[in-house]
Amino acid sequence: MELKQISQYVWEIPKQGDMNVPAFIYSSPSLIENVKKDLTLKQTRNMACLPGIQKAAFAMPDAHQGYGFPIGGVAAFDMNNGIISPGGVGYDINCGVRLLKTDFFEKDIHKYKKALMDAIFEKVPTGVGKGRSTKLSQQEIKQVCNKGAQWVVEKGYGKEEDLKRTEEEGMIKPANPENLSSRAIDRGSSQLGSLGSGNHFLELQKVTEIYDRKTADAFGIHSKDQILIMIHCGSRGLGHQVASDYIRQMENEIGTKGLPDRQLVNAPLQSKLGRKYYESMNAAVNFAFANRQMIAHFVREMFEKVMGVSKGIDQVYDVCHNVAKFEVHRLNGKETKVCIHRKGATRSFGPGHKEIPDVYRHVGQPVLIPGSMGTSSYVLVGTEKAEEVSFSSTAHGAGRLMSRRQALRNFRGEEVKKELESKGVELRARGWKCVAEEASPVYKDVDEVVKVSDSLGIGSLVVKTDPLGVIKG
Amino acid sequence: MKKNEMKYEFMNHTADAQFRAYGSSLEEAFQNAAEATANLMWETEKIKPIKRKNVNVKGKDRKQMLVNFLEEILFLFESDDFLVHSIKDLSIHKDKKGYQLKAYFEGDQISDKYEIFGSIKAVTYNEMIIESNDSYMIQVVVDI
Repeated sequence: MELKQISQYVWEIPKQGDMNVPAFIYSSPSLIENVKKDLTLKQTRNMACLPGIQKAAFAMPDAHQGYGFPIGGVAAFDMNNGIISPGGVGYDINCGVRLLKTDFFEKDIHKYKKALMDAIFEKVPTGVGKGRSTKLSQQEIKQVCNKGAQWVVEKGYGKEEDLKRTEEEGMIKPANPENLSSRAIDRGSSQLGSLGSGNHFLELQKVTEIYDRKTADAFGIHSKDQILIMIHCGSRGLGHQVASDYIRQMENEIGTKGLPDRQLVNAPLQSKLGRKYYESMNAAVNFAFANRQMIAHFVREMFEKVMGVSKGIDQVYDVCHNVAKFEVHRLNGKETKVCIHRKGATRSFGPGHKEIPDVYRHVGQPVLIPGSMGTSSYVLVGTEKAEEVSFSSTAHGAGRLMSRRQALRNFRGEEVKKELESKGVELRARGWKCVAEEASPVYKDVDEVVKVSDSLGIGSLVVKTDPLGVIKG
Repeated sequence: MKKNEMKYEFMNHTADAQFRAYGSSLEEAFQNAAEATANLMWETEKIKPIKRKNVNVKGKDRKQMLVNFLEEILFLFESDDFLVHSIKDLSIHKDKKGYQLKAYFEGDQISDKYEIFGSIKAVTYNEMIIESNDSYMIQVVVDI
């Protein structure tokens, strides 16, 4: 496969063979070496072969091998001739990140840190399949899927302000939970308000660097050592089941003939099945917004319990990084509605965009980029340039480098914990294996990922944070 | 140990988990693939075989049947709190419409005495292989 570097941070796979458009990889000389090692390039090229794809297929700076699309894959499809693909969204629909700011500083929470971590760890279920002991009824799950975070706030678990500072205000439309299988609903019934496992986490962080003071101020982040809380999780078993259900249905009704990878199975956007998947995926998107809203509530509750105060714990933003959405973008100079797939990529709207909350419209949309366990995380801001070069998208995290098997061979959970503690990071996890699997060296360098994003101008650096406490999902 | 004596082995995969399961028949390879899947989440040997769950899945082809079969383990875990110990009486039939698999799982309900150490989001088609020469080999990548 031909791969040519066309500028410092951009590589191109020129249009050839059955590609409908070229593919661009946003990377750096060090990151691209890892990209070349696995199936990332092939999977990026495969995206470019799908019907109705517009302009180009893109891989973000944290791209790595996925299934169907690479993780970090971005593609926009024509509303009339294009497709929608569950493999272009991922199994964890609306996996995403929520960031809360507090009025506390490191010195304020120092003596409460252990107690806070214990309390949150106790309150927010982690680990596989581990949900809450109370189950929601089928009807309640459907309401959650219809109304997302709004349902949770209506129940008294959160503030109106949280919703305003959430992508889609925490409730995407049109969502149709009636199309969900009973299996999807069953899997979700006890999981609202839980982190799940894998790379999901909840972190207590402190601000260590402010790159752009004006924007940081707008986001409510004012000084070094300010305490933030980052929540990274998704739609849990409900979303996973929606993806599996529709992959199966699309295989059976539409088939995979001519596709370079079976995992790229898709349906035309204008087909009944395509529409059905879109509305079911949105139901799962809402479930994930509700899930993060519930967890945010638990965090406030535990601050109240341990420190006696939860005032000033306000939401900075909540972004999804696994989703397909209808958005308007400039194509050949014209505003055009497309179906954009972001699989492991964050929306990055620049200043003035009407879908950004009023309070942030003058600076741009907050972009939340979690690092790996024990490393820095970042807050970036969306840019106008992203509209031109990446359909308003940027990276979503560090991106994995090493397999879980290799991680288990190279790291011991106990030692990882000790090392984190020596850096002042409190760790809470259910087992050692998941700690070893998520040790920070198994991830790409998140610092490099955000540097590429910033240099390319698809997401500009605002704030850097470092962890004080990690709850492993 | 020769490949055909090994039940399954885990491979390196950057983002997810990958395994190869072996068997002298398709049924045996499927059974070992299920055992590998369950062992990504808990140690099947440590689960008491005191409950039984019937499994009945279809697929338009062998790969789809495999995905549907392995996903039963996830579904029973997340919705019924059921942990698989072993797979019994697995049979596969083919007719005009496709494939059908019947089996039952033995296992137990989740409780604090069992350690759950990993999670699977879904079983993917990515790099999936079902191969037969003298014996069967199945390769699966699961999303973690």
